[in-house]
Amino acid sequence: MKKLSARRRHPLAALVVLLFALAATGGLYTALAPADEAKADQGSSSSLAIDEGKKLYTVGCASCHGTGGKGTSDGPSLTGVGAAAVDFQVGTGRMPAQQPGAQVPKKQAKYTQAETDQLAAYIASLGPGPSVPNKEQYDPNGADLANGGELFRTNCAQCHNFTGEGGALSKGKFAPDLGDVSKKHAYEAMQTGPQNMPSFPDTVLTQKDKGDVIAYLKTVNSDEAETPGGYKLGGFGPVSEGLFGWVFGLGSLVAVAIWVAARTAKAKKS
Amino acid sequence: MSTTTTNAPGAGAPGKRKAPAGEKVADWADGRLGIYTLAKANMRKIFPDHWSFMLGEIALYSFIIIILTGVYLTLFFTPSMGEIEYHGSYVPMHGVVMSEAYASTLDISFDVRGGLLIRQIHHWGALIFIAAMLMHMMRVFFTGAFRKPRELNWMFGFLLLILGMFTGLTGYSLPDDLLSGTGIRFMHGAILSTPVVGTYVAMFLFGGEFPGHDIIPRFFAIHVLLLPGIMLGLLTAHLILVFYHKHTQWAGPGKTNKNVVGMPLLPVYMAKAGGFFFLVFGVIAMIAATFTINPIWVLGPYRPDQVSTNAQPDWYMGFPEGLIRFMPGWEINIWGHTLVMGVFIPLMLLPVVLTAIAVYPFVESWVTGDKREHHILDRPRNVPTRTGFGAAWIAAYLVLLIGGGNDVVAQFFHLSINAITWFVRIGFFVVPVLTFIITKRICLGLQRKDREKVLHGRESGIIKRLPHGEFIEVHEPLAQEDLHTLTAHEQYRPTEIGPDTDEHGVRRKVGPVEKLRARLSKGYYGEDAQIAKPTAEEYKEITSGHGHH
Repeated sequence: MKKLSARRRHPLAALVVLLFALAATGGLYTALAPADEAKADQGSSSSLAIDEGKKLYTVGCASCHGTGGKGTSDGPSLTGVGAAAVDFQVGTGRMPAQQPGAQVPKKQAKYTQAETDQLAAYIASLGPGPSVPNKEQYDPNGADLANGGELFRTNCAQCHNFTGEGGALSKGKFAPDLGDVSKKHAYEAMQTGPQNMPSFPDTVLTQKDKGDVIAYLKTVNSDEAETPGGYKLGGFGPVSEGLFGWVFGLGSLVAVAIWVAARTAKAKKS
Repeated sequence: MSTTTTNAPGAGAPGKRKAPAGEKVADWADGRLGIYTLAKANMRKIFPDHWSFMLGEIALYSFIIIILTGVYLTLFFTPSMGEIEYHGSYVPMHGVVMSEAYASTLDISFDVRGGLLIRQIHHWGALIFIAAMLMHMMRVFFTGAFRKPRELNWMFGFLLLILGMFTGLTGYSLPDDLLSGTGIRFMHGAILSTPVVGTYVAMFLFGGEFPGHDIIPRFFAIHVLLLPGIMLGLLTAHLILVFYHKHTQWAGPGKTNKNVVGMPLLPVYMAKAGGFFFLVFGVIAMIAATFTINPIWVLGPYRPDQVSTNAQPDWYMGFPEGLIRFMPGWEINIWGHTLVMGVFIPLMLLPVVLTAIAVYPFVESWVTGDKREHHILDRPRNVPTRTGFGAAWIAAYLVLLIGGGNDVVAQFFHLSINAITWFVRIGFFVVPVLTFIITKRICLGLQRKDREKVLHGRESGIIKRLPHGEFIEVHEPLAQEDLHTLTAHEQYRPTEIGPDTDEHGVRRKVGPVEKLRARLSKGYYGEDAQIAKPTAEEYKEITSGHGHH
C-alpha cells in the first residue's frame, strides 16, 4: 500500500486510474448486460408451406408490407419479388427490419431456414419472380476466376471495394462487407438487387458469370482466401496502411529511438 | 638506400615501431585522399543526446533502405504499357490482358525470389520515410531549431519532403494497377482543370490522350532517376549543413549558445547510429514481412472503365485528396469554355497548405526582428504563438486527411459520408482556429506551472499539520540545475511602433506593414502571449521566507 501511495503523484497515475476505471466499467457491462433473448418461436410444421408462410407473414411482415404483400408507405410491395428475395432478406436477418433508416443492416436471422422457406413460398405465390438458386448455380465446378475478377471490378468494386470489403455510399447508406456472405445469398443478392443494390438478372450477368463472380470473391475475400503478403489490415487500401504506418511503423521506430537515446556512453570513473 | 627494397617487416629504419594495420590503411588513404584533416575536424564532432534528434535519422535510414530495395526492384520491373496476356503463377489473373508493368509487378510478387518481401519493404519504407520526415520537421518547428543560421537547411528539408511526396506518388503509380491508375486519372483531371494551359500540359505529359502509352515509362524515369537524384544531392547538402552549423541542444546547465554538449561522433555516435540503422531496417522488414501493403494482385490491372471504392493515394497525398473531396463541384462556363473550380481551387490550395509551414521561419524572424544565431532549443510551451500555429497547421492537415479518407471513415464508424464531408468543409476553417486558441492556453498554463515550480518548488505530496491545526503541503525546492533549465529561455518584448515624430519633430509616416508587424509582435510577445518568467529577485524574496507561503 505504501508503494502505491508513493506513486500516486506519478505523471502517469491519472492514466493508470483511467485505464482501471474503463476496464472495470467495461467488465461490469459485459457481465450484466442482458443477453439477446428475442427469438421467434419454432412454428409447427405444416403440409402447406404457403399457408404457414402466410401466417408467419401476417404476424411478422404485414405491418409494413401490408396484407397480401401489397405494400404500404412503410414498406414496398412484395408482389413479384420472388422467393430468392425473401430467402436473401430473411435469411441474412435484414428482414424483419429493426427500424427504418438509410439502409437495413444484416443481423442474426429471426426465422429458421424452414420458416424462411415457408415465407418464400408464400411470397412466390403472390406473383412470378426469381426462385431460390440451387447449388449448381451458385457453386459451379470449374468457375473462371479471371472472368469473375474482371466482372467484379467492372460491376461491383465501385461500391464494394476491390475485394468486397464494403464501402460507404451517400447519406449513411453502404455496400456491406462480402467476406462472410454465403454463396447462395451472394447469388440471390445479384439476382434480386436488395435495398440500394442494383439487380443483375440473368440477361445482364448470366448464371455462369454470377458463379464466376462468387468464386472470385471467395478466392480473395473469405476465410479460405490466401493473403500472400501477410495480414491485410482490413483490405481498405492506403487509408488503413497509412494509419498503420504512422501508429505502428513510426510509433515503434520512435520507441526504438527513445530506447537508443536513453542508453548513452558513461564516463569511466577514475 | 631508397632503391633497396625488402620484404622483411621491421627491417627498415631500426628502432621504429611497427605500425598497426589500421594506421597503415589510414596512412595509405591519407596520402591519396588527404582525409586526415577532414577526419580530424569531424571525427570528434559532438552531438547532443535526445530521442527527438533521432527522428531525422529514421528518415535518413529509411531513405537508404528504399534506395537499396528499389535497386533490386528495378532489376525485375518492366516499365512498359505494352499489353500482354498474363500466364504467370497467380491463378485468378490467368488470361487477363494487362500492361507489362502490371505483369512484371505480379512476377516480382510471386515469381522473383524475395520479390514480394522486397516490394513490401520498399513500400512500407516509403510510408515511414515520409512520415519520419514530417515528424522530424515538426520537431524542428516546435523547438525553434529553424532559426538563424538554419533557415536554409529548413528549406532544404522542406524541399526533401515535397520531393519525397512526388517520388512516392510516381512510385505508387508504376505497377499500373487499378488503384494507382485511378490516381493517375485523378492527377490527369487536376492538370486538365488548369485554365488555358491544362489541356496542353496534360497532352504533353501523357504523350497524347489519357492513358496513352507513355506515362508509366516517364514516371519510371522520374521515380528512379530524376527525383531520387535531386533528393540525394539535397540530402547531402542537408547533412553537410548539419555538420557545419553543429547540432542544436536543449537548455541546461553548462549548455550555452556557444557550445555543444554531448558525445563525439567517433566512436559513440558511429556505434549508436550504425546500430540504429539496423534497428530501423529490422522494424521495417518485420512490418513488411507481417503486413500486406498494396496487394496489387487483388486490385487488378488498370482499365479506364473500371473503378473501385476506397481509391485513395498513399497517406502523404491524402491531404490533396481531402481538399478535392470537400470542395463543392463548382463550375463556370464562359464562351464555350469550362472552368472546373471544384478541382482547380483545391489544386491551388495544395501549395498554399504546404507553403504556410515552409515560410514560417521567415515570418517569425521578421516579426521578432531577431537576427542573432540560436543554438539552444525552445521548449514549445515557451513560445505559445508558434506552438499554437504549428498545432493549428497539424489540425488542418488532419482534417484534410479525414476528408481524404471520408469513405473509409464513414464505413468504419457507420457515419454518413455527407456529414463527414460537411464536417471537413467547416472544420478546415474552424478546427485550426480552435486548436490555435486551445494550444496557446495550454502553453500559458504550462508556463504558469513552471513559474510556480521555480518559485515554490515541487509538490512533494506530503501533508503537514501545523501546531494550530492548519494543513499545508510541503513543497520541495528544485535543484539548481532545474531552476536554470526552467528559466534559461529568453522572453522578447513586443516591438513598438515608435514615436509619432522623428528627431526633427516632423510627423513620421507609419506604413501599414510596420503597423502589422507591431500587431503581430504584440500577438507573439504581448501580455496575453507569455507569462513573465520568475526573476532572481522574486526567487530570493520568496525563498528567504523559509519556504512558508
